[in-house]
Amino acid sequence: MLRLILNKIGLLIPTFIGVTIISFLFIRLLPGDPVLLLAGERGITGDRYADLMHQFGFDQPLWRQYLDYLVGILHGDLGTSISTRRPVISEFFTLFPATMELSLCAIFFAVVVGLPAGVIAALYRGKTPDHAVMTTALVGYSMPIFWWGLLLIILFSGILGWTPVSGRISLLYYFPSVTGFMLIDSLLSGQAGAFESAVSHLILPTIVLGTIPLAVIARQTRSAMLEVLDEDYVRTARAKGLAPFRVIGLHALRNALIPVITTIGLQIGVLFAGAILTETIFSWPGIGKWMIDSIFRRDYPAVQGGLLLIAIIVMLVNLLVDVTYGLINPKIRHTR
Amino acid sequence: MSLLEFTNLSVEFETLNGGFRAVDNVSLTVDPGEVVAIVGESGSGKSVSMLAVMGLLPWTAKVTADRLTFQGRDMLSMRPKEKRKIIGKDISMIFQEPTTSLNPCFTVGYQIIETLKKHTDLSRAERKNRAIELLRLVGIPAPERRVTAFPHQLSGGMNQRVMIAMAIACDPKLLIADEPTTALDVTIQAQILELLIKIKEENDMGLVLITHDMGVVAETADRVIVQYAGQQVEQQDVKGLFRDPHHPYTAALLAALPERATGDQLPSIPGVVPGQFDRPAGCLFSPRCSFVFDRCHKEQPTQAGKELGCALCHTPLVAGKPQNEAA
Repeated sequence: MLRLILNKIGLLIPTFIGVTIISFLFIRLLPGDPVLLLAGERGITGDRYADLMHQFGFDQPLWRQYLDYLVGILHGDLGTSISTRRPVISEFFTLFPATMELSLCAIFFAVVVGLPAGVIAALYRGKTPDHAVMTTALVGYSMPIFWWGLLLIILFSGILGWTPVSGRISLLYYFPSVTGFMLIDSLLSGQAGAFESAVSHLILPTIVLGTIPLAVIARQTRSAMLEVLDEDYVRTARAKGLAPFRVIGLHALRNALIPVITTIGLQIGVLFAGAILTETIFSWPGIGKWMIDSIFRRDYPAVQGGLLLIAIIVMLVNLLVDVTYGLINPKIRHTR
Repeated sequence: MSLLEFTNLSVEFETLNGGFRAVDNVSLTVDPGEVVAIVGESGSGKSVSMLAVMGLLPWTAKVTADRLTFQGRDMLSMRPKEKRKIIGKDISMIFQEPTTSLNPCFTVGYQIIETLKKHTDLSRAERKNRAIELLRLVGIPAPERRVTAFPHQLSGGMNQRVMIAMAIACDPKLLIADEPTTALDVTIQAQILELLIKIKEENDMGLVLITHDMGVVAETADRVIVQYAGQQVEQQDVKGLFRDPHHPYTAALLAALPERATGDQLPSIPGVVPGQFDRPAGCLFSPRCSFVFDRCHKEQPTQAGKELGCALCHTPLVAGKPQNEAA
């Protein structure tokens, strides 16, 4: 098991190097000049421009800039944002809990609804429940996130007035951030109604962000279940006289989960991409919104650092998934 | 009182092209301590009839019978929950492919213990001890260690022993073995059969052995039922069957045994079992029968008397010669 983990970590190193190159080049390939954008409409004198370019190190050749970037990474320094003048790492981790809270809620929602939906679709293969789940999943999967978000806002916030339109919590409440997770902080604050307010702000973003993973998980669960339900060991479990719930929920689902776990892991990456749009729609103060703003400002250190950190998190989540995969699938655990 | 008894059991599968009758009016009785073999080619409905008794067929299957009792209790009207108290405890079944019949995600010990947990009142520690004892009983070396092994860590023969241990965990009255040795090496086959017979004798258990291997039948069975295309074509005790088969199909099956071959080539039965779309009008075996008459192509045969092995044939064989030729 330890060997498996070390192996996987070894594989992460080339991926990591690849990500540094791509994140570094990507933002520099976009047209636009960070210093000019920083100066804004007032313009800037030639001397001041050259001075700033030198100060940020953008007057160096590309390879030199890349090397400085790498050396910085090795020292745990991702540089300083040129627009806020704060270290990229501290910017990132101030905003990250908001994104993480949203992402965790979204994936939780996707799993809790998607898994049973997939199982039900498989059990009623070719019948109404199956068609209903699969059609809904297809629609959910095809719906553009920003469109879906706006539709929900119009219905639930606009027409019905059930949920707030944007933000993480009502302006009526203020308390210091302890964990960065609004749900926990609002409980810790002890203020009446704060938790409810945080929850009501989370509902729509969670649904919007969780819809695509939900659809993918439901479809994957259905096909994995269909495959597994025909297996001999499911018949053996029934031959033992076990109740249908145990046969399906334990013997079949345990095996069907193996591919589903992989899918859930892959969806984490999708989730971050989706978070950028969702956070923009709901003005959610997370890294998605921050990344978008940084891209518009051509804030090179913020974009390359942010991309790198997101990539590291996705890689770590996938590592975690691989390990879970080993735990749930004895055949992998015992390979060598 | 016989252990298991059913009459005129039929199984029909709903398919896109209408119903398909996989089992057609089959009857069977099994007494305690008796070994009944059901033989026939692939597709003759051997396994399906037994899966129907166990209630393990998919929902597309429609099972009908005039009578289906286990120890005198009517299994047809029994609620599924009641039935699940019998299945796995008093009637248990082992399958053809041991490696795929065990769940790859659980240890073999867990899978045995699960059965004990469902059907007995043993405590946690007692269940574990019983599982080890069962593994020892079926001849698995070092059972204390094997109990925590996963199926993929054991060989096919070992896995089949685990299946048997699981099936006999609650001392069943009836064991149904669906081609238990087909997927195993020849040397292991004999060991597994011996084990089954030994357990049967020790527990006075009824044993239904589904097989297409006439050699296995000769070695183990008391009584033989020959099935063809879902129909029961002959029923005899094993000695009588091998000495004087009454249905041409049985005769052909016996003639196809390598031990009985006389020429350079092994005899075989030409053709295959008819499927859903090529069922002949008269006797289902008529296209492949070497004693076929005009009448066989037109009329469905009726069952002959006990003295002729209940042969489903217009002209049952006696000493290899067809009778009632004139009729």
